[in-house]
Amino acid sequence: MTDYSRHLDQPTDAQRPLITPEGVDLRIQLGSASERATAFLIDAAMIIGIMIGLTVLCVLAMVAMTYAARAVGVQHAFDGDWASQLLVALWLLGFFLLRNGWFFGFELGPRAATPGKRIVGLQVAMRNGGRLSADALIARNTMREIEVFLPLTFLLMNAHTNVDGWIVLLGLLWSGIFALFPLFNRDRLRVGDLVAGTFVVQAPRRRLAVELTERRSALSPTFAFSPDQLDVYGVKELQVLEDVLRRNALAAQRVVADRIRGKIGWTPRPGESDGDFLDAYYAALRTRLESRLLLGKRRRDKHDKA
Amino acid sequence: MTSTPVAAELKSARFRREREADWRRLEGLLKRLETQPVSKLSDEDLIALPVLYRATLSALSVARETTLDKALLDYLEGLCTRAYFVVYGARPRLGHRLARFFATDWPAAARALWRETAVAGLLFALGAGIAVWLYGRDPDWFYAFMPGGMAQGRDPSATTEALRKVLYDGGAHNLLAIFATFLFTHNAQIAIFAFALGFAFGAPTALLLVTNGCGLGAMMALYAAHGLGFQLGGWLAIHGVTEIFATCLAGAAGFHIGWTLAFPGAKTRPEAMAAAGRRAATLMAGVVLMLAVAGALEGLGRQLITNDLARYGIALSSAGVWGYYLYVPRRPRTAKARP
Repeated sequence: MTDYSRHLDQPTDAQRPLITPEGVDLRIQLGSASERATAFLIDAAMIIGIMIGLTVLCVLAMVAMTYAARAVGVQHAFDGDWASQLLVALWLLGFFLLRNGWFFGFELGPRAATPGKRIVGLQVAMRNGGRLSADALIARNTMREIEVFLPLTFLLMNAHTNVDGWIVLLGLLWSGIFALFPLFNRDRLRVGDLVAGTFVVQAPRRRLAVELTERRSALSPTFAFSPDQLDVYGVKELQVLEDVLRRNALAAQRVVADRIRGKIGWTPRPGESDGDFLDAYYAALRTRLESRLLLGKRRRDKHDKA
Repeated sequence: MTSTPVAAELKSARFRREREADWRRLEGLLKRLETQPVSKLSDEDLIALPVLYRATLSALSVARETTLDKALLDYLEGLCTRAYFVVYGARPRLGHRLARFFATDWPAAARALWRETAVAGLLFALGAGIAVWLYGRDPDWFYAFMPGGMAQGRDPSATTEALRKVLYDGGAHNLLAIFATFLFTHNAQIAIFAFALGFAFGAPTALLLVTNGCGLGAMMALYAAHGLGFQLGGWLAIHGVTEIFATCLAGAAGFHIGWTLAFPGAKTRPEAMAAAGRRAATLMAGVVLMLAVAGALEGLGRQLITNDLARYGIALSSAGVWGYYLYVPRRPRTAKARP
């Protein structure tokens, strides 16, 4: 069963307290380095894609204008005039805005996340729980210049023959400190996060799942477990079981059902399905553990003798 | 519910059933708020939002003590966090924010960073001074400060006539908009870069400022040697006052974060950095705007206005406008309005 418990045991060092003014800790989870890298790569791919698209559009518009001018016979009217000028100026501005405004603009929005972050399920938040301000987002995203573009510059510098290789290597190492900054601190802060007082947290959109104990099989009277059979497990095992049931993976259910049957000495009745057995056992175990919880006894796992 | 529970119903399941509708309503409201402005919400919904948020939050704390349904706890935690950011993270409207930026935030940031700005200005002047001094000793130093591509033929070997021509040649008049846009985006990108480099304890920013100053100094020395110093002054100052001022402010913003990183003072380093970064970022937003003005002055104004005195006039008035706007203290209007 250890296979399934791994993701339930959220590493506690990724959890940060966020106490609301009402006094409730929201226990938010930090975005992991890999999630954030994925989000960034998605955003970068989108930006580059849009840049290419914009360029192609501009070139097509230029070509179209030239042909149109030739067809009408006013060669000079469209030649280097305001229309094509405007186009090139817009292209330049578009590039500038995409590079500097993409992250800022999206993070300023109500979801505080770029498309990449939304896909991965992340959002930006102030570390002190306060409101995310525009100046913080500017600070956070201008720092990308030294986190991404500076190392990139050193990488591309290799193509130039007139810069000494050692200098490029040194520069790469130096700028690498900024790029890999999130790996060296507890809160997974980028340089930009440090400068802006922000961090990136998980913002998963969960849907309200079904109540497992109200499924028909869970209520079936054919299953009756003795207190001894229920005292085998604790909360941790219950939640692993919940996960197995929610994921609806038949192979895993068979393994788990056999394991539990062996442990509690349950002889399967003819025609008893693994799913039904697990549903019923889950409902019975949860009822037992929750009623003890109401009395103030939380049995953490099967080793907990309390 | 298709079947009625046989045994005594689970308390946590009943708890959930009684509140589920509220949670779903809150979820729906949050979803709507993500796509539409708050003003689109009905009064009824607006009043319900904080009530639903508090009810859900209290349900979360009860659930943590009574239910072992992990999926439910995760759902409630996620929902409460989303609602928290909406209820407590509500931001002022864009118009208000912009008004605040221009009325108080930008000048306040510039004033708060006056020391850094002075240091940046001195470094820039130092660079210019070094270049002028070295040029005086040996004109070949020019090539060290101005790489061939940047000088575009304006080097010690050029004739006075060629040098003068650059100052008054309007260039291709039909490309002015492109030229201005290019200048703006290019300069703004470099300013942002210089600001970000401030994080490395300000050292690269200082280097950039000195190098920039050297370029300017070398150009001035070259033109002065040909007796065109006054004319070059007008050519540079018409946009240079704004541009160099913006460059120094960007350098100052960079120094501010670099200095705070090294010497955070009484606060903890992360706290001090966050405060410094936000102040510097406000200034940087202003810098980008100034560079847009400078780009327009350089790309359009300088090419169209070829009279030296008119150029100096624009330079002086822009210096006056920026100086007055950023450094002359105004009575805070908001303080008076408050009771």
